[in-house]
Amino acid sequence: MSGLMQADAPPGTWQMSARRLRSRRVTDRLMRGLIWLSIMLAVVPLLFILGWIALKGAGAINLDLFTQLPGPPDDPHTGFANGIVGTLILVGIASVISVPVGIGAGIYLSEFGGSKTNIAIRFATDVLVGVPSITIGVFVYTLMVRPMGSFSAIAGGVALSLVMIPLIVRSTEEMLKLVPQAIREAALALGAPVWRTVLRYALPMALPGVITGILLAMARAAGETAPLLFTALGNNQWSAGLDQPVAALTLQVYFGAQSAYEVQKQQAWAGALVLVALVFITSVLARLAVRRAHARTR
Amino acid sequence: MQERGERVIDLKPEQLKRDNGVQPGYELPPQREVAKAPGANGAHGLRVSNLNAWFGNFQAIRDVSVQMKPGAITALIGPSGSGKSTFLRCLNRMHEAVPGARAAGEVVLDGENILGSRVDPVLVRRRIGMVFQRPNPFPTKSIFENVAAGLRIQGAPRSVVAERVERSLRQTALWDEVKDKLNAGGTDLSGGQQQRLCIARALAIEPEIILMDEPASALDPIATLKIEDLMVKLRERYTLVIVTHNMQQAARVSDYTGVFMTSINAAGTDRTGELVEFGETRQIFTNPVDPRTEAYITGRIG
Repeated sequence: MSGLMQADAPPGTWQMSARRLRSRRVTDRLMRGLIWLSIMLAVVPLLFILGWIALKGAGAINLDLFTQLPGPPDDPHTGFANGIVGTLILVGIASVISVPVGIGAGIYLSEFGGSKTNIAIRFATDVLVGVPSITIGVFVYTLMVRPMGSFSAIAGGVALSLVMIPLIVRSTEEMLKLVPQAIREAALALGAPVWRTVLRYALPMALPGVITGILLAMARAAGETAPLLFTALGNNQWSAGLDQPVAALTLQVYFGAQSAYEVQKQQAWAGALVLVALVFITSVLARLAVRRAHARTR
Repeated sequence: MQERGERVIDLKPEQLKRDNGVQPGYELPPQREVAKAPGANGAHGLRVSNLNAWFGNFQAIRDVSVQMKPGAITALIGPSGSGKSTFLRCLNRMHEAVPGARAAGEVVLDGENILGSRVDPVLVRRRIGMVFQRPNPFPTKSIFENVAAGLRIQGAPRSVVAERVERSLRQTALWDEVKDKLNAGGTDLSGGQQQRLCIARALAIEPEIILMDEPASALDPIATLKIEDLMVKLRERYTLVIVTHNMQQAARVSDYTGVFMTSINAAGTDRTGELVEFGETRQIFTNPVDPRTEAYITGRIG
């Protein structure tokens, strides 16, 4: 093999020595190996968690879980149907608030705004991402639950929206920045006002990425427990209204896992599995929808 | 390839051949009457006086004054960085789309200074269209919707849209190539077709003036020739201003030529683009007045 490299060097020309060539190949292999190792280290825990949840949760899955309300702690014919609905309600409320705000702020950061305001806004969103989620729960408790006099689905949704907004802002900004300037110029040169250039030409190109960002934020929100403890509170019944406490899958997993009863522990495993499946299915469906929408516009 | 092309002066006659007017060296366009303002089809010219443009503190062009005749093709040539693209982008206020960029002076269209602070750049751009260096069709839109884009922005009724799209595609000789796949993506076309699509897109809103910023520099020679044919076809109906690095192209298609040069101050700290010569293309290429023009077109500068 090295013969190929060494064969036809004209006399008097410089050539890399065989030893050096060999050592480079060794370094190359070593680096590849290290990269593979890092990939494994990143992926293995994920697979492990998913596998463990599937293993423990699958055995506990039964139809009652999806149709029945919680009941006596040792009754196997109970479920967390209200928790599934509650999580959907909470994430729904949070999305209604955070998607328009997040996309709007993302557009502002990418398309408008002086560099100083942008630095301030980016700093604020970064801080918001880093705020411990229990703090968000307490914040909303003080600001909404106390004045309103009741734990509520609305308060839970607001708390989750505070988790989602910074994620959506940053992903929208990043995705819009990837849209080539030439596209904006093309629209401007046709006499499109700036708002139309952004909304009708730049944003559609960024849409798959923006939607992925929204989904990641929704998944994050669906998996949050701490912000809900002081806001949505949890509920063993069906939701009685958006101004009333509401159940959530994460809360049920949280309380179930602490339970002394085997039935409830099993239900917590099943709840974790359902939560993961829910997030997975939503993201697959939304991606398919985006792809189809794109195929149609072309 | 481009860079080298600029320096080659003794092209073989057959390389330059169009029609029958073959001459050694640069082929020049046949002498022709250029309409007096406004153009035969209502196309207006542009009068530019004392145009200055900046990017932040950097002055890109200084005191450019020139008149673009209606219904004629004006070519702008000059070395890289001499400000010809910046100048072009001032003419439909695209210059200011770059953060920190500004322009001062007068660009008069139909009696009105389009650089005036009360003038809406959106309306300017509807009358002065632009074609860019790299074909930039909208990737999320079909061929039809690409051409229709400007009409949709103006809210044109459906019947008008269909008719104008077909007419624009015919004007750019694309209709026969794409009529069976109008719903295919705009970016599915070849590079040359994409550029003609972009020209069709600019034509669809019926501007009076079309600015082209090196429209053929990203294309192969055959596609370039098609674009040049198209420019000649569009002459007289529209006023065309073309920035090009390709001097053969300027000589082949344009009626007037402006030459930009970078002027450097004595301290060497300040580089600014200036228009050093403007005149009929024939005169610029056969009998340039400014020594820098002669040096540039014979390949000694640039």
